[in-house]
Amino acid sequence: MPNFLPLLITGLMNGAIYALVALGFVLIYKATDVINFAQGELLLVGVYVTFALVAETGFPLRPWPWPLAIAAALAVAVGLGVLIERLVLRPLIGEPIISVIMVTIGLSQLLRAIVAAFFGTSQRAFPPIFPSHVIELFGTRITADRLWALGIAGLLLLLLSLFFRFSTTGIAMRAAADDQQAALSMGISIKRVFAIAWSIAAVVATIGGLLVANNNGGINTSLGNIGLLVFPVVILGGLDSIPGAIIGGIIIGMIESFSAGYLNVKLGLEGLESVLPYVLLIIILMIRPYGLFGREIIERV
Amino acid sequence: MLSINNIEVIYNDVILVLKGLSLEVREGQIVALLGSNGAGKTTTLKSISGLLKPENGAVTDGTIEFMGQRIDRRDAADIVRMGIFQVMEGRRVFEHLTVEENLRAGSYIRRDRGVKDDIEKVYAYFPRLRERRHQKSGYMSGGEQQMLAIGRALMARPTMMLLDEPSLGLAPLLVQEIFGIIQRINRDEGVTILLVEQNARLALSVADYGYLMENGRVVMADETAKLRDNADVREFYLGLGAGDTAKSYRSIKSYKRRKRWLS
Repeated sequence: MPNFLPLLITGLMNGAIYALVALGFVLIYKATDVINFAQGELLLVGVYVTFALVAETGFPLRPWPWPLAIAAALAVAVGLGVLIERLVLRPLIGEPIISVIMVTIGLSQLLRAIVAAFFGTSQRAFPPIFPSHVIELFGTRITADRLWALGIAGLLLLLLSLFFRFSTTGIAMRAAADDQQAALSMGISIKRVFAIAWSIAAVVATIGGLLVANNNGGINTSLGNIGLLVFPVVILGGLDSIPGAIIGGIIIGMIESFSAGYLNVKLGLEGLESVLPYVLLIIILMIRPYGLFGREIIERV
Repeated sequence: MLSINNIEVIYNDVILVLKGLSLEVREGQIVALLGSNGAGKTTTLKSISGLLKPENGAVTDGTIEFMGQRIDRRDAADIVRMGIFQVMEGRRVFEHLTVEENLRAGSYIRRDRGVKDDIEKVYAYFPRLRERRHQKSGYMSGGEQQMLAIGRALMARPTMMLLDEPSLGLAPLLVQEIFGIIQRINRDEGVTILLVEQNARLALSVADYGYLMENGRVVMADETAKLRDNADVREFYLGLGAGDTAKSYRSIKSYKRRKRWLS
């Protein structure tokens, strides 16, 4: 098997990035029952804010160093999450969930238009965040930025998993997802949980988007389409499962990477890697309709 | 400690559920709130704990005071912080969380370091929860879930607990056990308890004071010893005839007695 290790690392890296974006998606679904069609646009905003601070000419005090620019972009992401809760979700409390879902579609178009208004829709060069020298690893050669991306995405996924499992806020968020009124009865503020869920979703989307942008070396507004690409991931893993999002992301990443590396050539089918995740998705849905790790409805007998 | 003065509660702007209800709970007491289905018992508890709002209900008249402060306009989180904790009807444990995570969720409003000790204290009250500490609570039996719901309330260190039908759907032996623990919590932890129950006999046996509700009003209030002797209560709530013998349904011809408070 030639190229096994590079393909594995590429698959893991893409998978971890999908997992990050999917995690935000799952989080919002779990906490608020809303399917967030604006996930990709949260990513877009975060990436373009960073881009503006680091590379856009004419911006005051440019260029910002990476850590500062990313920190600022993450702060914007948190603010965006809080703002969405305040302006969009809170007035819709008590309305049918489908209205809120429709609003997220509107929100996605709005955010995309704002980004396009400021930066245009053409392809822009994205300066590299990580050094991209070649590293010798187990006899194969890999560029360092892939390892960086993999490491950062993996670390973030680990931290978020620990956060949901052990921190008081994480437990409160899961509690609110289980039974909102009961959570309310113990003083857990549902509004706060919603705001935190959207903020975390925006933050992980931003980081995922930066890793993608760094990998591609360029950005345009179609970067927001990642929001739709993670659909197979979340449905595969289960719409409401955090571990499911992580494992689903990695499975999809691997399938893409290995099918691009081996199957396409063998079978002579160009672009097979973009179709296979959906094929798998259909199979999984037939066997386990709530996804691999989706929450089963607990029924006591 | 808690006094409700003449409150009116309306759901959806039109449905009048409580019509001038007043009641008083003194510190350290167990107070029972009795009444038939739809009398407004749960609504009363929810209007105290601030849980009416998500159901489109509102206190439109009258006041609720706790420790001298008005609480009828506060939101639920504030009220929990002030020391009132409602254990909702039907247990409502977080099914996908483990027992221990449920307990930690109960301590959400606290920021002190005593949470671990309090988890141990809950396990001391309910040893069965310790055995199940890492199990998902959704898979536990009804009795264990009720224990968890009460334990979770203890975790907030409340000064007052509102218990909504803790006996619902439980085997008689378990009900005995849980009511024993409720009395211990009242005595040992100094938690004042307002108890809503369908099981009037049981409620009157543990409470110090009782209120009888019908149609959104309090129709009778007295010390439980006196309530137990009241002819109407004996007839309509305890199912006892003139003697201490339970009435056979065969001997009931029709509703001869009229409840005296309905007129």
